[in-house]
Amino acid sequence: MPRINSPAELEELRKGILSKRDPDKPCIAICAGISCLALGNDRVISAFEEEIKKQSLEAKVDIRATGCHGFCEKGPNVVIYPEEICYIEVTPEDVPEIVSQTVIGKKVIDRLIYADPNTGEKAAHQSEIPFYKNQTRHLISNNTKIDPKSIDDYLALGGYSALSKALFEMTTEQVLEEIKKANLRGRGGGGFPAGLKWETARNAPGEEKYVIVNAHEGEPGAFMDRALFTGNPHNVLEGLIIGAYAIGSHQGFIYTRHDTPQLRDNIDIALTQAEEYGLLGENILGSGFNFNVEVHLDIGIFVSGESSALMRSIEGKTPEPRPKYIRTSVSGIWGKPSNLNNVETWANVPQIINKGSEWYTSIGTERSKGTKLISLSGNICNTGVVEVPMGTSLREIVYDIGGGIPNGKKLKAIHFGGPMGGSIPESLLDTPLDFDELAKLGAPMGAGGMLVMDEDTNMVDVARFFLNFLTDESCGKCVPCREGIRQMLKILTNISEGKGKEGDIELLEELSEVMGEASLCALGKTASDPVLSTLRYFRDEYEAHIKEKKCPA
Amino acid sequence: MDNDKIGQIIDKHQGKASSLIQVLLEIQSENHWLPKEALERVSEKLQVPLTRILHIATFYKAFSLVPKGRHEIHICVGTACHVRGATRVLETVQDLTGIKPGETDSDSKFSLETVNCLGCCALGPEIVVDGKHHGRITPAKAEDVLKKYE
Ligand SMILES: Cc1cc2nc3c(=O)[nH]c(=O)nc-3n(C[C@H](O)[C@H](O)[C@H](O)COP(=O)(O)O)c2cc1C
Ligand code: FES
Repeated sequence: MPRINSPAELEELRKGILSKRDPDKPCIAICAGISCLALGNDRVISAFEEEIKKQSLEAKVDIRATGCHGFCEKGPNVVIYPEEICYIEVTPEDVPEIVSQTVIGKKVIDRLIYADPNTGEKAAHQSEIPFYKNQTRHLISNNTKIDPKSIDDYLALGGYSALSKALFEMTTEQVLEEIKKANLRGRGGGGFPAGLKWETARNAPGEEKYVIVNAHEGEPGAFMDRALFTGNPHNVLEGLIIGAYAIGSHQGFIYTRHDTPQLRDNIDIALTQAEEYGLLGENILGSGFNFNVEVHLDIGIFVSGESSALMRSIEGKTPEPRPKYIRTSVSGIWGKPSNLNNVETWANVPQIINKGSEWYTSIGTERSKGTKLISLSGNICNTGVVEVPMGTSLREIVYDIGGGIPNGKKLKAIHFGGPMGGSIPESLLDTPLDFDELAKLGAPMGAGGMLVMDEDTNMVDVARFFLNFLTDESCGKCVPCREGIRQMLKILTNISEGKGKEGDIELLEELSEVMGEASLCALGKTASDPVLSTLRYFRDEYEAHIKEKKCPA
Repeated sequence: MDNDKIGQIIDKHQGKASSLIQVLLEIQSENHWLPKEALERVSEKLQVPLTRILHIATFYKAFSLVPKGRHEIHICVGTACHVRGATRVLETVQDLTGIKPGETDSDSKFSLETVNCLGCCALGPEIVVDGKHHGRITPAKAEDVLKKYE
């Protein structure tokens, strides 16, 4: 690979890549996301490779193993370009027919396209399938167009043009200003303005500063960060390099989990390729800016995703949080200013730099801008990765995109934010997706795991489930969290088993208050949120458990 | 596990103390558990006190200080799998194998662990045996899956 030494050379390279690509050449994009792989898509990929060889089509047809397409429910997913025909639930046996009929013969195979379960109406293209049609996919849509192992695919879509623009046409202050004006808020759970955090790290004393990608994704039911990062690693990397430039950092870390090997592989390849092109390392694009990235593989326990715990883990210690009298953006890894952002937060940066903060702020609500990735799961017809503008109503997500509740059941509640989040009842379904609106209702968005629950769900059990999860995941360092969660769990278990007593609910509320005040980190402080939110909206269910010793659900 | 292999893993990380977790993970995935001799060797080579290594090795569920069975079963008990009936699947697997999460049976055939979300929520409830995913599992299907393992 040639090293690129200037913006002009980057554009030259891009032109070269594009000139070798024929937009009319058929390309088979096969999803290699975690769900599709688990459904056996590796066999579908091999079948396509064999079939193409058998029919001697190697020169005429491209095959691309991509990241998650989003519609995990109907996997294994395959998209045939240039027509963008979507085939769902593809098996290796379907492959010869797809190649002859669709790739060569340009005919749609009826049996493999999406059919609406209610109306039977068929849809062959992404732009017609309700699941995709009702989304606004600025970040995740590139997944089908990119082989995550190919930097050229990313460059072909305009990749690294934002980096080039930032380094050569903008000062570090201007980059920071743009992110602040865009009001990009952190996607990892807190919704903290990224620009402000960057500014703190930038202004913090010390020569050495770090920037970090939080790719831990410990929230159960959340899988969108992995989908985005595995499927389009350069997008996140480009954002990180731009952030490093604005903050004045020369060393980055990517913090990820040990149990997603595809993600690790794709990150490693992306780093190597970016370095070879001179987009990473010394003197990036000939700008004089130096930046290196190290991958830190970690074990997926929930609290490792918390900022100070994560940073301790990068130092090689156990992930125990510390109190935040001093922010990690001032004193983080080895006591140096360390700016941590979530995968999706970083991924938003290149498009903000490219299209400007004005474009970005035109999407979303007053205080929540841009789109948000959602992992839709639970009792819902279409489980998958969804991207919608902030402000989209939960109703649209559940019904227009999610296809409603399976088995003719009624919707009961929606849970956001995992073990530190909350559940809201069906009656609040018209609430917009918005950091502050959801937080006000006691169901903060968290990282974007949206769990749908049907009428058979027992809400006391849901609260108990999350507490049970947290007893294992609390690091054990501070007493209010460690003991508080355990005592709450005991009380809830008693209530679930029909052994609840008068006064239990009040005791739960009192414990919540103490934990909220006295715990060391957000895990303990918000561990009681699922209990409090279910008490707020489903108190009668608790009371029925206690008084009538039975579960109404 | 021989010392050469451990040496190789440590060398790969340039003997840096900050790569302790990664070294332990690689030994765990190679050997399926962390024998005492291996930990002593890591301690010596990385210049990290054994107490700190044990602190880490006992902190994470992913590490095992005792030998594991020939087949490792992971049952997802994450949120989506939970609302789709993972508890019943877990109970069935416990009955079939006679072990609880964290245990290994007396013939060293199976080890059982629960995990919190593998990111394949579309497939819930889900079990993974030796890294192979089995999705949309019912108690009856779980029995069929486990029968295949010797
Ligand atoms: C217990 C706990 C677990 C967390 N897990 C994650 C996680 O898995 N991924 C993530 O991005 N943020 C996680 N966070 C939030 C981080 O502490 C931090 O706020 C975030 O990574 C900052 O990035 P952002 O501002 O871009 O959201 C967690 C927080 C807590 C308290
Ligand atoms: S993993 Fe294939 S669509 Fe999500």
